[in-house]
Amino acid sequence: MEGLRVGFEIHQQLATRKLFCNCESELREEEPELRIIRRLRPTQSELGEIDRAALQEYLKGRCYEYEVPGDVACLVEMDEEPPHNPNPEAVRAVLEVALLLNARPVDEIHFMRKIVIDGSNTSGFQRTAIVAMDGYIETSRGRVRIPTICLEEEAARKVREEGRKTVYRLDRLGIPLIEITTSPDITSLEEAREVALKIGEVLRATGRVKRGIGTIRQDINVSIAGGARVEIKGVQELNLIPKIIEREAERQRKLLEIARELKRRGVVEAHLEFSPADVSEIFASTESKLVARVLKRGGSALAVRLPGFGGLIGGAKDEPRLGSELAQYARVKAGVGGIFHSDVLPAYGISAKEVESIAEKLDLGESDAFVLVVEARERALKALEAVVERARQAVKGVPEETRVATGDGGTRYMRPLPGAARMYPETDLAPFVVGVQLIDELRSSLPELYEEKIARFVRQYGLSEELAAQVVRSPHAGLFEELVESGAPPRLVATTLIATLRELRREGCAVERIHGESFRELFSLVAEGKLAREAIPEVLRTLSSSPGKGMEQVMRELGLEGFSEAQVRELARRVIEERADFVRERGEGAAKPLMGLLMKELRGRVEGKLVMKILREEIRGYLGR
Amino acid sequence: MYRGEAARVLGKAEVGDRIRVLKGERSYEGVLMPRSELGDDKHVVIKLDSGYNIGIEVTGAKIERLAPAEAVRRPAFPEPEFLPEKPEITIIGTGGTIASKIDYATGAVHPSFTAAEIINAVPELADVARVKTKLLFNILSENMTPGHWKKLACEVAEELNGSAHGVVVAHGTDTMGFTAAALAFMLKNLTKPVVLVGSQRSSDRPSSDAALNLISAAKVAVSDLAEVVVVMHATSDDDACAVHRATKVRKMHSSRRDAFKSINALPLGEVRGEVRLSAECKRRGEGEVHADTRLEERVALFKVYPGVDAELLEHCVDRYRGIVLEGTGLGHVPESLLPAIERARGENIPMVMTTSTLYGRVDMKVYSTGRRLLKLGVIPGEDMLPEVAYVKLMHVLGITQDYEEVRSLMRRSLAGEITSRTLARAFY
Repeated sequence: MEGLRVGFEIHQQLATRKLFCNCESELREEEPELRIIRRLRPTQSELGEIDRAALQEYLKGRCYEYEVPGDVACLVEMDEEPPHNPNPEAVRAVLEVALLLNARPVDEIHFMRKIVIDGSNTSGFQRTAIVAMDGYIETSRGRVRIPTICLEEEAARKVREEGRKTVYRLDRLGIPLIEITTSPDITSLEEAREVALKIGEVLRATGRVKRGIGTIRQDINVSIAGGARVEIKGVQELNLIPKIIEREAERQRKLLEIARELKRRGVVEAHLEFSPADVSEIFASTESKLVARVLKRGGSALAVRLPGFGGLIGGAKDEPRLGSELAQYARVKAGVGGIFHSDVLPAYGISAKEVESIAEKLDLGESDAFVLVVEARERALKALEAVVERARQAVKGVPEETRVATGDGGTRYMRPLPGAARMYPETDLAPFVVGVQLIDELRSSLPELYEEKIARFVRQYGLSEELAAQVVRSPHAGLFEELVESGAPPRLVATTLIATLRELRREGCAVERIHGESFRELFSLVAEGKLAREAIPEVLRTLSSSPGKGMEQVMRELGLEGFSEAQVRELARRVIEERADFVRERGEGAAKPLMGLLMKELRGRVEGKLVMKILREEIRGYLGR
Repeated sequence: MYRGEAARVLGKAEVGDRIRVLKGERSYEGVLMPRSELGDDKHVVIKLDSGYNIGIEVTGAKIERLAPAEAVRRPAFPEPEFLPEKPEITIIGTGGTIASKIDYATGAVHPSFTAAEIINAVPELADVARVKTKLLFNILSENMTPGHWKKLACEVAEELNGSAHGVVVAHGTDTMGFTAAALAFMLKNLTKPVVLVGSQRSSDRPSSDAALNLISAAKVAVSDLAEVVVVMHATSDDDACAVHRATKVRKMHSSRRDAFKSINALPLGEVRGEVRLSAECKRRGEGEVHADTRLEERVALFKVYPGVDAELLEHCVDRYRGIVLEGTGLGHVPESLLPAIERARGENIPMVMTTSTLYGRVDMKVYSTGRRLLKLGVIPGEDMLPEVAYVKLMHVLGITQDYEEVRSLMRRSLAGEITSRTLARAFY
């Protein structure tokens, strides 16, 4: 893709307690202990100015309700107590990530207050600090710079909107969040995927980050040559990243094409006047049920002319369309459900004759288009104003904006790109001196990166590359090493933790409930020969439904109590004696057939290998007598 | 601002200058920021172009001064226009930041106190009253002294006797209760409202309680009330303020918005959109307000606790003209203090008993220690807060030194500080 430029802003929750208090970083779904009502008042800028639009919102009664789950939120989250000193574990975790990303920690960390008055922070600002600068990550296509790594507090969780009130829950507020910003150095979809994957791996390598849905979010900045920086928020799925970038690049390419065509047609911004016409009377006896219904309720049909836009709004079916852009603007700025435009009309019950009448009323030329909105009058006016505003930008090309990922690889308009945030020092906190000593300490005990660890697992434990990678990327890498160090066979442990658990999960077993302690017991029984490896899935299946159960009890219930070696020997002797002729005839060659008989009784209870070994010994012993 | 090593390395560079800091192979560029009082003298702080501040250790660092500080543009606000039919109030400033602006370049908070500045920050005030402002002191409330109370009382009386319908006193919250009580005792024939107000979250933050508190205070200042009151958030919610009687209010929390509570009494009212006052409030009337600023400042507030050294009390007896005891429970002290108390009585130093439980009334006839204290002339302070009894004793000793007269005045409610009935609902 020509001139593609992509940058990331990755937000990852840390698995420590909260950043500025000692609450656990956990979410709660129960009815909250307390609800409080708050308002956030726009503050004065340094020139004593107040954002008048925000003040109007405030004066009209915009307010916020905070649900307080008392076990995971305290007065700090309620903005009723100053922040405590930043959680040292969280600071260490970010510094560790910074070092792994080749960044330079600042000498002294200063928390800032970034003004945010949408209610997502009870204080009206988000606390955020630069922890390190000038890092980079190597990719197969070159170096991607990481200018800043920040530590900040997570915002409150939005529950719902109720008119002028927004309801938030305070459990999420204050969870430490690491923010990694890359430069727009990424120039291909593959590289974008690689960068997101690698940074994600570095984060997880520290073992200090949360895992699971919503714990990592990526904002993607995309632009193409001649296009503009567009920020796409809320991407949670790694696999969708290439698709999202591709579609955004395609959208920008199409918008540039439209702008070129408009220029060719001689359209300039000034031609786009906001002069809406009321065309309600044209629909006096319309067949369109939709239009008729709105008009009957007292709404209006308003239309506006877009000179030179004829044929450019609709576009082909699989292409990005200007029509969607106009509609999204109208939706965000006026809250309308949708718009009609001349490229797709007549349709939706609106007749060719009605379209013609509108064209006549608007004095529409050959290459002109119109947009029609049928809504309550005020809202329709606002919607058309937004449409004209967006159409003006179409003349210039691609507007800078913030879009939101829709979850299917697409995006939609959210708001204009925010300007530089108003920031000032968090005076309730002392500067945090990082210190050479701390950096040296962290540097000397940096966690292994995934690639290093995979290589080591192959080398040290004889795992295949593929199995090693699976173990390292799974949440069980730590448990794996622990089990192996206490003597369990590496390949058995790896296949159990990866393949067996995967199969059980597919069956619907809640394998995540199995305690680490159970795995330790399980493998030590296997090592002692008291449990056959063939019985492992069965044992784990039982444990997943009753994770508290002792191993002995599980084995008893499954009829797996082991046989002692003496008992196996006893049994082997009996089988040999019962078939004495056969054994004398075949010698050691009798072992295989006899094994089948023995295993009928011992399967799952004694390791096959051990049984075979004992059987051979006993046969030799019998023959030697 | 910058001290020691940092100051030396900075050389001529001043706060607000654009500088470059070179350190090894690292180079940082930004605006030099002031140093936090909490910081050491080994780092300089710059604001990067992204708006973030970082601290750089100065050892081995070189500073280049790139550009001088941009001149601070101080905005000029137009004189606010008030509707002539609105009543006039005076807002007296004593310090603190009821309306303040941030300098985003340096992070400094500038207090604003002209009417124009206040109306710009809180335009709703103009719907309530014609606002006049006076900045009387600019001190932290922990530095407030009885001398300041006297000046403030005179100023309030002057405003009330002039054109003000009511006075709002913007005050730091730490000692607001003391000042409120002092005004309540000193302002005689009070016929108009005097409202103390503050904020627990400074006004430079969007979540500040300052605006709601100030608007509510202004509403009370033009209401029918004729008492000294404290108006602050009623709960953690931003929807209502409570109106507390000056002599029954106490700051009961170090940080919450609703830190102020009426103790041993119910609040006098509430401002939830509009002012609602209870029936027991004194109502607005006619006549000159008089500030009786006589105060005997040699009064001590003595806290009693297990192991308290009798020497401490002996020292107080040597030095002070009156002592308020904050006793245990119903109003007790350990026997070890009795000799000092006996000496105080002998030297005509009145002692008033209050309780460290804050809630409830002292009663010294129930147990023998109490009865002995009564015999030694200790004056039971009823349900008075210890701090209020302290201010009151200063006021009373300013009027008379006669033990019996002091006793009689201390036992009588002069400004609502003693209630005759202990309400069940007043303990929560």
